[in-house]
Amino acid sequence: MPIPANQVKWVQEPKSSVLERLYLPGLFEGLQTTVRHLFEPRLTQQFPEERPRLPPNYRGVHRLNRDEQGRPKCVACYMCSTACPAHCIDIVAAPSPWPDREKYPETFVIDELRCIYCGMCEQACPCDAIELTTLADLTGLSREEMMFDKEKLLSVFDYTVAAGTDPIRTHSGRLSIASEVEK
Amino acid sequence: MHYDFNLLLTILTIVVIMGVLQGTVAYLILLERKVAAYVQDRLGPNRVGPWGLLQPIADGLKFLFKEEIIPSHVDRWFYLAAPAIAVTTATLAFAVVPFGPTSPPPSAAWPETPQQAEALARTDFPTQVEAYNRQYQFVIAPHVDVGIVFVFAVGSLAVYGIILGGWSSANKYSFLGSLRSSAQIISYEIPLGMSVLGVVLLAESLNLEQIIHHQTEIGWHILYQPLAFLLFLTSIFAETNRLPFDLPEAEQELVGGYHTEYSGLKFGMFFLGEYTHVITTSFLAAALFLGGWHFPWIAEPGPGGVIVKLIIFAAKMFFFILFYMFVRWTLPRFRFDQLMGLAWQVLIPLALVNLLCVMAAKHVVEQYDLDERWQLVLLPVSLLLLVGVAALVGQRPERPRRSIVVIRGHERVEMTTR
Repeated sequence: MPIPANQVKWVQEPKSSVLERLYLPGLFEGLQTTVRHLFEPRLTQQFPEERPRLPPNYRGVHRLNRDEQGRPKCVACYMCSTACPAHCIDIVAAPSPWPDREKYPETFVIDELRCIYCGMCEQACPCDAIELTTLADLTGLSREEMMFDKEKLLSVFDYTVAAGTDPIRTHSGRLSIASEVEK
Repeated sequence: MHYDFNLLLTILTIVVIMGVLQGTVAYLILLERKVAAYVQDRLGPNRVGPWGLLQPIADGLKFLFKEEIIPSHVDRWFYLAAPAIAVTTATLAFAVVPFGPTSPPPSAAWPETPQQAEALARTDFPTQVEAYNRQYQFVIAPHVDVGIVFVFAVGSLAVYGIILGGWSSANKYSFLGSLRSSAQIISYEIPLGMSVLGVVLLAESLNLEQIIHHQTEIGWHILYQPLAFLLFLTSIFAETNRLPFDLPEAEQELVGGYHTEYSGLKFGMFFLGEYTHVITTSFLAAALFLGGWHFPWIAEPGPGGVIVKLIIFAAKMFFFILFYMFVRWTLPRFRFDQLMGLAWQVLIPLALVNLLCVMAAKHVVEQYDLDERWQLVLLPVSLLLLVGVAALVGQRPERPRRSIVVIRGHERVEMTTR
């Protein structure tokens, strides 16, 4: 198929006026923009002093949610550690001391250095016990320090609840339906 | 009737100037970073000291204490020589550039016979020389009669630092950077020199003190030669490797250009050389076109007002440096062919025609014994020249028609551009 002549559009560079070809008016126009920006408000956030307000669906440090009675919501079902592509979640289950569930995590350790922050653990969790928070500035002095155990993860929950930075996905509070299935 | 040369005073001047120069360079780097930040709506360095004012000291310490790395593949001798050359030539050029109030050295024809020498001794020339000797001149080497030639001769040697640095690094990026630099400096020396020639013709002297003095008499040279000023300004951007002509160190394409392989204090020396060059050329631009320390009614020739004159000169110099920095964030980098095109097709012809106009005006003024201020006629002339060139550049011959053949399926379509 030849291209019909009426469908061919030739584009030419626009003709510039003498003033434009002088190059100087353009330069002054540019300089005006440059100088104007000197007096515009700064956009910089002074990080350690000034905390950024990250979007609530940000995927940062994990937390283990508590129920109304302050107990960990986790029922030690291993769904998260199974889903985890980085294999960074290590759970040891034990018979639950509470009557409303069978198991609870005796230990629950996440290797924060190994984690890729993909959020699949919180998608997999049947009782919304594990969540990723907006905490982004995670630092530590050793590898051991970055292995977050159950207490640490629960304290992240307390911290984020107190700071009012609950993740948007949260359903914190009651245990999920999975724990209410009749025995 | 000899010009005094006071060794102690000269050494003192050199020491003070070197100190002030390097301190200024350190703070210019801070200023550059601050301007860069503010133009981009950022804050810039603000952690070391109030408003980041101690940042230059931290930078300097970092340069000093950094590990000295000399890559194994470099040509060691030239690799070490290059930063030294860059700094030396840049600071050497400052020797004849006035930085404060100066007075022109008295001049007389050189006596060739004893009779002429006697005749000269009977004039008031010896007393003039004595009066001149009594005054302190704010320049390291006063009464150097080749002043401006010396500045350009030594200043353009700075490119050797760049070429050697790039060549000895044995690195393709460094080499490309230094190659570009040599071509660029050779091209831009020509309009630079020719734009200054007009000023030299007006002042009838190569001596920078005399050139400043001439402007106190008839008005700043920028009024007489705005076109030459523009050419000079454009060329010194290229001479000092500043954006939009910073092709030798284009980060995006050449990593760091000629200084890719340098680190620590050797890299710092390249930096020092470059910024010293910026200061020198800014002083030169102020001295050649903006009357140096002169300002109507506030700073007129004569003794006194030393501090005012120093401040005025420094302010003019500072104005150019700020201009450098703002232009850096205004204009994008030129392509290499555009850079060459600008120099050879626009700046050099313009400078030549401008020089012709200056000669003609000067000739007419001298022929008819007119006041020197009649040379102000050059102002509209140079503006006309500028507009004329812009108009001419647009009337390029039409490009030849090109035809392309498009093959779609089994069909052959021939298209011709309009």
